[in-house]
Amino acid sequence: MNYADLFRVTLPETALEIAALVVLIVDLGFLRKAALNLRVTVAALLGVAGCGAALWTVGLQNGSGFFVDGREVLVVGPVAVIAQVGILVLTALTLLLLIDENFTHHVGEFVAVVLMAAAGGLLIVAAQDLLVIFIGLELLSLGLYILTAFAKRSGKSAEAAMKYYLFGGMSAAFLLFGFSYLYGLSGSTNLAAIEQGIPQQGMPLLYVAWVLIVAGLGFKVAAVPFHLWAPDTYEGAPAPAAAFIASVSKVASFALLLNICYGLFQPGKTWSGPPQLLNEIFRTEFAIWQPLLIILIVVAAASMIVGNLAALAQVSVRRLLAYSAIAHAGYILLGVAVRRPYTGQVDTIHFVLDSFRPAFRSTNAVLFYVLTYGLTTIGAFGVVSVVERATGSDRIDSFVGLNKRNPVLAAVLLVLFLSLAGIPPLVGFYAKFNLFAAVLGVSAGPVPFALVALAVAFSVVSLYYYLQVLKRAYVMPTVDESPIKAHPVTMAVLVAIAAAVVVLGCFPALLQNWIESFYS
Amino acid sequence: MSGIPILTLLTVLPLVGAVIALGSGRHARAVALVTTLLSLALALVVWTEWSRVPVFGGYGFIEQHAWAPSLGIHYYLGVDGLGALMLVLSAIVTLMSVDAAHRVHHQPGLYFALVLTLEAGLFGSFTALNFFHWFLFWELSLIPAFFLIKLWGGARRGPAATQFFIYTMAGSAALLVAFLAVFLSTGSMDFPHLTLLASTGELEQLVTAHLGPVMMWLAIGVLAGFAVKVPMIPFHTWLPAAYAEAPSPVTMLLTGAMSKMGVYGLLRIALPLFGHQIEQIRTPLLVLAVATVVMGAWAAAAQKDLKRVFAYMSVNHLGYCLLGIFALAVPAAGAAAINSQAAALNGVIFQMFNHGITAAALFWFVAMLQERTGGHRGIDQFGGLRKPAPVLAGLMGIALFSSLGLPGLNGFPGEFLIFRGVFPLAWVAATVSVLGLLVTAVVILTVIQKVFTGPVPEHCVGFPDLHHGERMALIPVIGLMFLVGLLPQLIVATVNPTVINLLAHWRF
Amino acid sequence: MLAWTIYLSFAGALVLAILPKAKPALVRWLALSVAVAGLAVAIAGFISGMGQGLTVFVDLPWIPSMGIHFLLAADGISRVLVLLTGLAAVAGVLFSWNIELRANEFFAFFLALIGGVYGVFLSFDLLLLFVFYEIAIVPKYFLIAIWGSTRREYAAMKLAIYSFAGSAMVLIGLLAAYATAGSHSTSLIQLGHAGFPASFQMWCFPLVFTGFAILAGMWPFHTWAPTGHVAAPTGASMLLAGVVMKLGAYGCLRVGIALFPRGLDPWGVSFLGIGSWRDVFAVLAVIGIVYGALVALAQSDFKFVIGYSSVSHMGFVLLGLMTLNQIGMTGAVMQMFSHGIIAGLLFAIVGRIVYDRTHTRQLAELETMHLSRRLPFAAWAFVIAGMASMGLPGFSGFVAELQVLVGAWKVNPWWVAAAGVGIVVGVAYTWRALQKAFFGDLLPSAHVLEQEHGHELAAITWPEVTGVVMLAGVSLFVGLYPRILLDTIEPAVKALLAGGVQ
Repeated sequence: MNYADLFRVTLPETALEIAALVVLIVDLGFLRKAALNLRVTVAALLGVAGCGAALWTVGLQNGSGFFVDGREVLVVGPVAVIAQVGILVLTALTLLLLIDENFTHHVGEFVAVVLMAAAGGLLIVAAQDLLVIFIGLELLSLGLYILTAFAKRSGKSAEAAMKYYLFGGMSAAFLLFGFSYLYGLSGSTNLAAIEQGIPQQGMPLLYVAWVLIVAGLGFKVAAVPFHLWAPDTYEGAPAPAAAFIASVSKVASFALLLNICYGLFQPGKTWSGPPQLLNEIFRTEFAIWQPLLIILIVVAAASMIVGNLAALAQVSVRRLLAYSAIAHAGYILLGVAVRRPYTGQVDTIHFVLDSFRPAFRSTNAVLFYVLTYGLTTIGAFGVVSVVERATGSDRIDSFVGLNKRNPVLAAVLLVLFLSLAGIPPLVGFYAKFNLFAAVLGVSAGPVPFALVALAVAFSVVSLYYYLQVLKRAYVMPTVDESPIKAHPVTMAVLVAIAAAVVVLGCFPALLQNWIESFYS
Repeated sequence: MSGIPILTLLTVLPLVGAVIALGSGRHARAVALVTTLLSLALALVVWTEWSRVPVFGGYGFIEQHAWAPSLGIHYYLGVDGLGALMLVLSAIVTLMSVDAAHRVHHQPGLYFALVLTLEAGLFGSFTALNFFHWFLFWELSLIPAFFLIKLWGGARRGPAATQFFIYTMAGSAALLVAFLAVFLSTGSMDFPHLTLLASTGELEQLVTAHLGPVMMWLAIGVLAGFAVKVPMIPFHTWLPAAYAEAPSPVTMLLTGAMSKMGVYGLLRIALPLFGHQIEQIRTPLLVLAVATVVMGAWAAAAQKDLKRVFAYMSVNHLGYCLLGIFALAVPAAGAAAINSQAAALNGVIFQMFNHGITAAALFWFVAMLQERTGGHRGIDQFGGLRKPAPVLAGLMGIALFSSLGLPGLNGFPGEFLIFRGVFPLAWVAATVSVLGLLVTAVVILTVIQKVFTGPVPEHCVGFPDLHHGERMALIPVIGLMFLVGLLPQLIVATVNPTVINLLAHWRF
Repeated sequence: MLAWTIYLSFAGALVLAILPKAKPALVRWLALSVAVAGLAVAIAGFISGMGQGLTVFVDLPWIPSMGIHFLLAADGISRVLVLLTGLAAVAGVLFSWNIELRANEFFAFFLALIGGVYGVFLSFDLLLLFVFYEIAIVPKYFLIAIWGSTRREYAAMKLAIYSFAGSAMVLIGLLAAYATAGSHSTSLIQLGHAGFPASFQMWCFPLVFTGFAILAGMWPFHTWAPTGHVAAPTGASMLLAGVVMKLGAYGCLRVGIALFPRGLDPWGVSFLGIGSWRDVFAVLAVIGIVYGALVALAQSDFKFVIGYSSVSHMGFVLLGLMTLNQIGMTGAVMQMFSHGIIAGLLFAIVGRIVYDRTHTRQLAELETMHLSRRLPFAAWAFVIAGMASMGLPGFSGFVAELQVLVGAWKVNPWWVAAAGVGIVVGVAYTWRALQKAFFGDLLPSAHVLEQEHGHELAAITWPEVTGVVMLAGVSLFVGLYPRILLDTIEPAVKALLAGGVQ
């Protein structure tokens, strides 16, 4: 137990916690009498500074993790670092969008909770031990429940937070139960040890464990059938909170899934249980994590279908974004699920070497997707919150004539929604293409292929509902032509996000190369 | 005349004139007159050059350039005696038509532009030696004709124009399909080359090898296409309405020149390429030709509208051409037979020329009658015009007699040669056709009697005679009728070598 | 150099988008200059490319880890189609001269669409081609939804979804091909040498071909086309029918046929004369020709006649592609060019010249309006356009259709027979529309004459004259001198056929 290592590895989290405390002190101590605007601005900027500091500390890492008894508990690997950078950047953007919001007087508390939740997220993506994972997860989740309830003047906010909390609590329970089975089967809470420790005859229990874990994690990423909290939460939570949930929490959760799926399944184990036929159909190495594969694929397909179809019927843009988030979660889960090529042999060395590049490719694709999706979603929520405050509702018809009322905002909306739909040359298209190419590149069997076809088909469906919003903004004749004003910082942030979406879409190599540089 | 692409010039000249006329408004007729006079001059130049040095065994004034070789499309122009004669005929008839059209009040620029475009179409199709080029101008003449009928015609011009369009388009479609088949089998669209192939029987072999035994179908398609244009019974039903409803100057063009395109096509395309097939169905074709002659005459006799009388008479006269064409489709067997064939063919070509001039003149006269009486053109509406308008009566009478085939006028040599050729080759058909001659005579004499003799009805009392300008225009035409009638060798001498050449290449 | 067509168009679109309340006059002239510049580049590229084969002019690594390059190249087919796009762009701008509402946005979307089209024709990287293909979808939606007429929102959405669905099918095929070829590169040249297994090609080809063919208006996926064309504003419908449908056909050729030629092989079993995907698509093309023509004949709305005639004419393109011989495929490319010009001309006349003045497109109403007297320019322009559309010799359509028919005959005479029926019906519906709209026989009553005196139809403006002369002139020129295009197309088709397509 090297505490120096622990300190070094948890520097980012520490920075965030310190920032949270500073915000609280400044807001509650010095700015009690100040105007709301000033308080919000100061708190947000302090929070952003904290994120900046945390980012700097991430850069200070030297690549080795934190070990306890020879097992790595906190890792500083590619997935962890990339996810941490993503979380910090997205948190900063969320905080910038907080400026000019007036849903609460408890500004300092809000920012502090955001920062603490982000710290929880940072912890999750680096953790390799089940209990540490759970700690981080709870830190993140509890923070999110609180954030959801922050708009005390809104009944919806309270209701959404209640639903979120109850649902989340139950899912956490499931998760812990699943973790306990893993512990029971293997005798350790460390992911690497678990993989080696699970005996061959422990199969039925492993299924149970997987189902429970997927239930717990599926809740976090809003996958069907654990998605029921999402529409209400996205609708009720204050905009910055919803943006945070939609972006940072997703990044953290998917990075966690990647860790569990990859970290847990080092090669070496073969299975004599299930029929070879399944191996053939999926053309992947069908070792001990085969039940996970099937479960993930089912969940992914269901999310794609339910998310897209339900979004067609929405009249509230926030709920539309919620269902679209469910759909996107489905696409990403596809990338998480299909990650191993079928080599027809289980020789350890060759397996590792053969699977090295393709598996990383699909990991890269998932990270690319999640990061850019988070960016786009924050922008989308930013636009929605501006329109909401100007018109009083987030219904789709309040977007009518946005082009006349605030052309820049409408342009940002256009870019972001088309990116979500997957239209080139925006980054959303490339993210999807990259993901699907990685999936097929890893295993080009009939089932993965059918899943990709399903994903592409439902992307087409998604264009319809995104165009419905854009139609209101650009096409339909305006009823109310008064201009919609937004705070300059908000507009700057939104324009920057839209520009990033366009630039990354035209030159995806910029982000792609950065991600890959961690694997060299 | 080496070097100067005179045939291209001849074809382009009316098009240029059309563009100028389009913008000339009231002066369009003058522009058209100048253009047609120039074209006539050029056509006469071609004719005289050809007569001076007739090229045995081929074409003169050849212009040949690759156009789209992969499709066998070449820019290939040339004339022989037949072509040159048709060029002269087209020029004369168009000049007559433009001269007669001195009362176009409504959009004269457009009217004369269309007429000149039609003339270009005529020139183009008479000089073309490649199917694409020929078809291009065949279609090109259709559109102006349609609009001329449609926009300046009489009360029932709509249906007349429609019928005209549909029939001719259908015929063109049949032609196109047949030629596509020929192209697919031989890879060529050049008439001389295809004629050569046909004369050795190779064409039929190639077609059968590539497409199966469809040669007869192709022949029927081609015949149908031309049968509509000439017209031949039973494809003639568009004609009376179109001729009657079109303004008379346009009818002059239709009957004087456009119908000749059909006959020309039979001579240039149908007989050379599908001679054997025609020989095989010669009897039904002869029956149809005879029917055209006889029914045309009978129908003319039954008409009350002068324009329709002359329209059916056109059908009848062109029937003689058809008779001659189909009659000579027999394998050559001896010098006498060849002589008959030559006579028939000479007669057909001659008849084409003469009928063109005469029919155009007749419709011109009808136009004058119509104008002077405020729109009347029924046979019974005139009478005794000999008295108030002797010159008119005299000149029209001459034209009518020429149409009848009186010796000394241009109608006679053509019909004589045709019968001279057809009798030995198909005496039954010839005999029955004589009936047509008789009926025609009756019809014409009736017209003369009803229009020029007898009491003068009131509305004809102040009937003005031909004025100076009209006399100047008509006298050369009538003079031409006399000239050709008395000195047919002027034409025959130039055409005969072509006839011999053509017959030598046709294989039945 | 040809790449500048793309850059200029997008730059123009961007500039126009940021000019918010600029005067419409400035906007129009700017758009026109961009379009003319694009045309000039296209012509220069065409001329300098005569006699050249495939020339690559931009090759930059774009996403190196996936082997994706920003690869722009052109062969004869691309150059001809780029030329078509240039002409259509200029004509489209000219015929949209009277747009007043949100003019800058209109022309911004217009130029963005043009840029996307140029991009497709010049891309030789499969992903890049796909990107440009998809870029073209969004401007189409807005052009129709905002400035369109009949049922525009429905038509715009239908068009967008159909196009997107088609491109989704292509994306799936693209991903599969990329994965199967080893995920090294998406360059069309390299994928062409990849040697996909025959069984793979057998299902990938129909998927990709159908995906592209949806945009080309293949029966039975054509229903977006008449609705969309009718609803679109004139400039957009000229582009849609003239150029965008050609994107689909181009994709069929460049991606479908060139990359997966084995997919056209016979299956070994045959059912009712259909024994391979080639037969299937040829039959669908022929059905499209005849169906489009028959339905056009029955329409009462002038613009619908033209819309369905586009479906019919595109059937010729697809039929020509399925002949897989030199002359048929050359004919297909010629028909792409020819129909692009002619469709543009037809829509321009119907939409801009007639509808904007008479405010009706119903043939029954137009029949009483005596347009041959009141709008003689339109009448005669339509005569010329109609002659070209019918395929009369002397215009570009004749040579194109002739080549397709000859090519088709070599494969299956029955296709030719059916296509011939389509041509005949084509003559019929064109003539019917001409008659009813312009040369109606009904004599106007005194009342109507009085009305006519009070409401003079607006005079023909110079952009309309220029546009008509330009388009009709091109069609006539190509019809009389087809070699100007054939000399460029034929070697390119030959090279494509030699590359593996039998």
